[in-house]
This record gives sequence, C-alpha cells and structure tokens, in this order.
Amino acid sequence: MDEVPRESPPIAFGERSRVVEGFRAYGLIVAMWLRSTMAYRASFVMTTFGNFAATAFDFVAIMLMFSHVDSLGGYSLPEIALLYGVSGTAFGLSDLVLGSMDRLGRRVRDGTLDTLLVRPVPVLAQVAADRFALRRLGRVTQGLLVLGYALVSLDIAWTPLKVLMLPLMVLSGAAVFGAVFVAGAAFQFFAQDASEVQNSFTYGGTTLLQYPPSIFAKDLVRGVTFVVPLAFVSWLPALYVLGRDYPLDLPQWVAFLPPVVAALCWVPAGLAWRAGLRAYRSTGN
Amino acid sequence: MRLYAVVAAGGFRRHATYRMATAAGVFTNTVFGFIMAYTYTALWDERPQLGGYDTAQALTYVWLGQALLMTCAMMGGGFEDELMERIRTGDIAVDLYRPADLQLWWLAGDLGRAAFHLLGRGIIPMALGAFAFDLALPGSAWTWLAFLVSVALGVVVSFAVRYVVALSAFWLMDGAGAMQITWLAGLFFSGMLLPLNLFPGALGEVARALPWSSLLQVPADVLLGKHEGWGLVRAYAFQAGWAVALLLAGRLLQGVATRRVVVQGG
Repeated sequence: MDEVPRESPPIAFGERSRVVEGFRAYGLIVAMWLRSTMAYRASFVMTTFGNFAATAFDFVAIMLMFSHVDSLGGYSLPEIALLYGVSGTAFGLSDLVLGSMDRLGRRVRDGTLDTLLVRPVPVLAQVAADRFALRRLGRVTQGLLVLGYALVSLDIAWTPLKVLMLPLMVLSGAAVFGAVFVAGAAFQFFAQDASEVQNSFTYGGTTLLQYPPSIFAKDLVRGVTFVVPLAFVSWLPALYVLGRDYPLDLPQWVAFLPPVVAALCWVPAGLAWRAGLRAYRSTGN
Repeated sequence: MRLYAVVAAGGFRRHATYRMATAAGVFTNTVFGFIMAYTYTALWDERPQLGGYDTAQALTYVWLGQALLMTCAMMGGGFEDELMERIRTGDIAVDLYRPADLQLWWLAGDLGRAAFHLLGRGIIPMALGAFAFDLALPGSAWTWLAFLVSVALGVVVSFAVRYVVALSAFWLMDGAGAMQITWLAGLFFSGMLLPLNLFPGALGEVARALPWSSLLQVPADVLLGKHEGWGLVRAYAFQAGWAVALLLAGRLLQGVATRRVVVQGG
C-alpha cells in the first residue's frame, strides 16, 4: 500500500502550482544559504556592516551638500530624505530578494546554468535564491533609518491615506525594481557579460529617485515615468505625502497607481524571462 | 623591462576582449554621469563658485569621475581578486619562482588594464557628457598631457594601495572584508561622491591629504587648470610621494609574507 508510485502533477494543474512550487523552492534554497551564512557569523556581521556603510555614503554625500545649501531643486533635506528613504528601502528589499539575478550572465558563460535546468524546480526561483545574501539587509536598514529621520523631522499633516501610502509605496516600489531585476537577467541570456546594463537601471534608478524630480530635464522625467516607470516607486507617491506638485503636470490620482504599475511591470519582465530561457542554448562542454 | 612591457600589453589585451562588458560599462557610466550632472547643476545653481569651481568646471569634474572610475579602480575591479585567490590557493608559490619581480609583474598588468579602461570606458562617456553639457575642457595640449601624467600617477597609487591590501590575504585567508573597506574608502576619499574641496573643515583637510585624493581630485584639478607651474610640481610630488611610500610598504609586506610562505613550506 505504501509503495504506490507518486505521479507527477498533471499538466492541467498548470501555472498556479508552478508558482507555489517556485516560492517553496526559493524558500528552501534561501534557508540553505542562511545556514551557511550563519556558520561564519563574524564575517556576516562585517559584510552586513559593509553593505550598510556603502549605501550610507550616498546619504553622507547629500548631507555634505546640505552643509553648503539650504535646499536642492527647491527641496529641503528632510524632504529629500523621504525620497531617499523610500527609494532606498524599496530597492534594498528588491535587492535582498532578487539581487543574485545579476549572476545569470556568468552562469550562462561558464555553463553552470545547465545544472539548474535539469532540476525539477522553476529556474527563476533557483537563480533568484542562488547565494542568497542576508548581508543585503544592511542596505534595507540604511534606507529605513533615513526614512525614519525624514518622518521625524518632516512636518506633515497626516491623513489615513498618507499613512497608508508609506507601506504601499515601499512594497510596490520593491516590486517595480524586482521586475527590472528579472528583465535585466533575461537580457543576460542574450548579452552574457552585460550585467552592468542592469546596474544602470537598478543602482542608477535608485540614485535618480533619491533626488527631487525638479532638478532633472523634462525628457528624463518623462522617460522614468512612461518608459521605465521608476517615478512610481518614490517620486509620485512621496510627492503626494509631501503635498508637492507632481512633475509633468500629472493628475493627483497617479499617486495611487504604484501597485497597478508594479503588476503591469511584471508582465513584460515575465515574458522577457520566458523568451530568454527559451532562446538559451547551452555553451556545452 | 621588455618583460614588463609584454605583461602590460597582456593586461590591456585581456580587458579588451570583454567588448560587451565594456559597452555595458560605458552605458552605466553615462547614466550615472547624467544623474550626477543634474544634481551638481542643482547644487551649483544654489551656490555658484562652490569649492572654487564654476558650473562648467563642476560638470567637467562629474564626467571625469565617470571616465576615471575604472581607470583608477576607485571601486576595485583590478588584479586584486586574482592575486588574493592565488594567495589563498597557494598558487602564489609558483609566481615567486618566476624570474620576475612579483610587485612589478602585477603593476605592469594593472597599468595595461588601466590604459584600456581609460580608452574603452573613459573617452565615450566624456564625449557624450561634453555633447550634452557645457564642460570646461582645456584647449591646450600641454594641460591634457599634464593631466595624463597625473592620471598615471593616480593609477600607480591606486595599484599600490590594492597591492598592500591584497597581500593581507596571507594573514587573513579571506581578504574580502579588507578589500570592501578599501573600495569604500576609495569611493569616498577619492572625491567620487563629492569633490573633496566641498568636504568641511578637518574632514576636508584629512581627505585631501590621504592617498585616495590622487585618484580623482588631483587629476581633475590638473585638468581644470588649478595646478600650474610650481603648483603642478607640488601636485605631482604629492602623488609620487604616496606612490613611492605605498609601493615600499607593499615591498616590505611582500618580503615578510614570502618568508612566511617558505616557513610553511608553501
């Protein structure tokens, strides 16, 4: 009785079970890397601090700028800190969950991607969880600290909507950056050693969002609103919280779009990933 | 001497093979150049002549930073990972048997790498920056030549720092932490995030006196015509002084480390 061979799930089961399976696999691989990380605690503490310090330097540079001026592009330091905190935390979360994706190009080059393909687990989950680096919490912590500083020092007339906006924009922002990570990884199926292009959209994107839109050229703002919709990560929702005018004369309700935009971003990202995986030809041995 | 020239040419060629990565890097440098150029414009709009630069000079500084980021390996990315790996695995013992000086060997390779990055990742972002913004580029060929000498000295200082840190792998086994601290210091104290002239008070004085200011701040000021005549000689002396001191420190450390290898039986 107990020797009945288990069947593999029928295909009609379809997408949902693959998604669940993907999350489960992601969790298992992450747990494995966590155990191995915790084997060298001192090293973990050092690298987490390093991650924290590396990102903190950006904000130190902004504070040094404000030792010479009272406002930048018409924005005060606490206002910029809010933009910085939201974008930094959103990007940090996304980097924590999916930051390993930029190793895909190397895997394609050295052929180790093949190992992942033969396992009965979604490749995306394996690539994303590969070498999961908890030290990236350093970046999240730094973003949260700056966000905390902004919230303490800003004088905002809080409404329930504005309060709700804070977790909403951080999580939606993380999802938007996540889509960029996946799309960037998909690009590496075709251009194997071009992971830096991904960096310009992820690291470059978060750097851009740390400053107010008023200092950038209109065309650049249009690009990050309508083409790669990073403006929905922090600018538009945060300007709503700050009660500031939006760039490009956008209507007020766009501040509430981040979850929709995030969901929409995952469609092309997912399609790109599939196309990349399908086009993949092993380098062979 | 011929041997080291060949090694340098090898370093150049090796990095020249990564064409896609170079193109991607140029793209990234350009994106960051644009973002920083806008933030600097906002800053200099508030405070014209901040740090003794006008807006065009500040923008030139931004694009120089992008052009020299890889050349002077301000965030690492040179030979150091490979050297540390060779130390960790013990392959370094083979290198020590070679009839070549270990430090000069790696220096030659790194100079070749730097030369490639100056051409491959420096010129295009700089040209795009000059196209999109009003830059204060010098018209005199002498200034450009003086700048290139300063960049070369900066590369040697950068090499010397990374060499010392990479040798720490003899004692630390895993030098990744030390290397991370080094590139953080390099990023901050080279003036990559903000010109060191803008650092206030004692922090500014210390930052300008540290070796990392040789990587960007000094070459940028040479190009912007801030160091001329004896001032230029002083700037060179500052860079060369750090280069010599750090190279000697590396040599000393190398001596101690290699004796250690022999004692352990490599």
